[in-house]
Amino acid sequence: MQLDKIEEKDLKMGKANQEVFSETLQELAETDSSIIVVTSDSRGSGKLVPFGQKFPSQIVEVGIAEQNLVGVAAGLASAGKKTFAVSPACFLSARALEQIKNDVCYSDNPVVLVGISSGVSYGALGTTHHSLHDFAALRSINNITIVAPADNFETEQAVRLAVKHDKPLYMRFGKKAMPFLDEENKSFEFGKGRLVRKGNDLTIIATGETVYPAWLAAKKLEDKHGVKAAVVSMHTIKPLDVKLLEDLAENGKPIVTVEEHMVNGGLGEACASYLFQKGYSNPFKIVGIPDEYTVTGSQVEIFNHYGISREGLYETCKGLLDI
Amino acid sequence: MTNKELKLKSVLLRKNILKYIYKAKAGHTGGSLSCLDILNVLYNRVLNVDPNDFKNLNRDRYIQSKGHCVEALFVTLADRGFFPESDLETLCQYQSHYIGHPTKKVNGVEQNTGALGHGLPICVGEAIAAKLDNKTHRVFTLLGDGELPEGSNWEAFLAASHYKLDNLYAILDYNKQQITGNNSEVMNTDSVRQKLESFGWAVKEVDGHNLEALEEALNSGPLEVGKPSFIIAHTIKGKGVSYMEGNIKWHHGVPTPEQYELALSELNQVESSL
Repeated sequence: MQLDKIEEKDLKMGKANQEVFSETLQELAETDSSIIVVTSDSRGSGKLVPFGQKFPSQIVEVGIAEQNLVGVAAGLASAGKKTFAVSPACFLSARALEQIKNDVCYSDNPVVLVGISSGVSYGALGTTHHSLHDFAALRSINNITIVAPADNFETEQAVRLAVKHDKPLYMRFGKKAMPFLDEENKSFEFGKGRLVRKGNDLTIIATGETVYPAWLAAKKLEDKHGVKAAVVSMHTIKPLDVKLLEDLAENGKPIVTVEEHMVNGGLGEACASYLFQKGYSNPFKIVGIPDEYTVTGSQVEIFNHYGISREGLYETCKGLLDI
Repeated sequence: MTNKELKLKSVLLRKNILKYIYKAKAGHTGGSLSCLDILNVLYNRVLNVDPNDFKNLNRDRYIQSKGHCVEALFVTLADRGFFPESDLETLCQYQSHYIGHPTKKVNGVEQNTGALGHGLPICVGEAIAAKLDNKTHRVFTLLGDGELPEGSNWEAFLAASHYKLDNLYAILDYNKQQITGNNSEVMNTDSVRQKLESFGWAVKEVDGHNLEALEEALNSGPLEVGKPSFIIAHTIKGKGVSYMEGNIKWHHGVPTPEQYELALSELNQVESSL
């Protein structure tokens, strides 16, 4: 599949987040033999072939059997292994949902569930291969942290934290190279949103691979209109950083949320629900994939189609600001 | 414990199953009675587990895949000293940890089960971890025949033989009945032996109510080195109470006071005959 080019000016380009996931895990496994990766014929897409070559006794292949992938991972984690269950996000979070709910979350086995090629990374392959439901499905399950890192920095930090995290965790990564969003902001912890662009006229709260187009839209707003939009990478969908949300909403300015997920039940609804119940009434717009038969194409084409792009988000923000 | 005492314990534990189901007015009566002898043998002759040191990393693992037959597990665990039997007075009551399926809130329970087809994959993970760590403990699961059609079991059957998990033992409580009727009418499980053998398991069939046979099957090491062991325990649903045996309505039937007294008197007769 031909990947679209990403605009590189303004930001330093990195690698695909799932490559950084694999590299970081390899580095950690050098000194930690309790790290085990479980794959469902997915080591190629998970960039884990080198991991398997280097640590053959630390990779467990279960074949294309996602239910067993998660059940086996739960057993390994229960036995004290730092277990990463790696499979395309579309299958992992749907085919094995009951195993995630019961064997991982309910039984409190600290598996790190890694959804690779998430969202519409496999854009042209159709709905079978899209994961636009995973935030919503997993948000409604008790005892799981949900993380979608935006760039290579967040990915590396997330993997390092995941090894120490003794509770169920879901992380999703995409296939496309991502730029470094803010090289100065080096703080990262689960449950704390990361401000990657400052501003007080409007706030864009994005997650995963949509933080980049949000950043580009904010830059265009500033370049063209002098409007300063704050951009937050809300990498942790659950638990949501509600303190940051309130801080951002305090000025009463518009809020736009952006996600590579259906608009039902994802980041946007989580933010809206919290703020509305707290009495905030900022103008609010959720940008994501609508509840319709999803268009196909490359990830960028799908993003463009649904306004998850610099131009689309720029127009959405302009509308909210009435400029 | 002598063999006679073990047999007496089976009768006592059957009475306890009925006692607490009768009190709670809920429970999976038929299946709990069918798997009780297996649990009695596991906890009193096979499993290396210590009620006072349950989290010991070298313990044998037992994960009950057919979680709905939790009453058999609870009375066995209580008898073995994992918790006071009086705790079971709260079975299925508001905020009790003793609910209709096993949870780790109860001392002695390895995993929260209840949805079917989940126990075996977790056991495969536990067994792989034990092999990786060169540990000698064993991993056991109890499957119901009604849950055999769950696809996740067959995914795990493949993985267990692929990884040559001869530290893994799956016991089938083969009473040949489930909530709707006989397995043969709901979903045919005939030739389960051949199916498992073709999946690379070593298989042995035993009378699931013969304590010595169960112990021999479960305590002699893997049935075959390099293969996971599958023990088909032929059982009778509702075993021990004449009017419940083989009668589907007792899948989760609760006895009336008269039925309860009749069941107790039958079990008392068995007890005095031993």
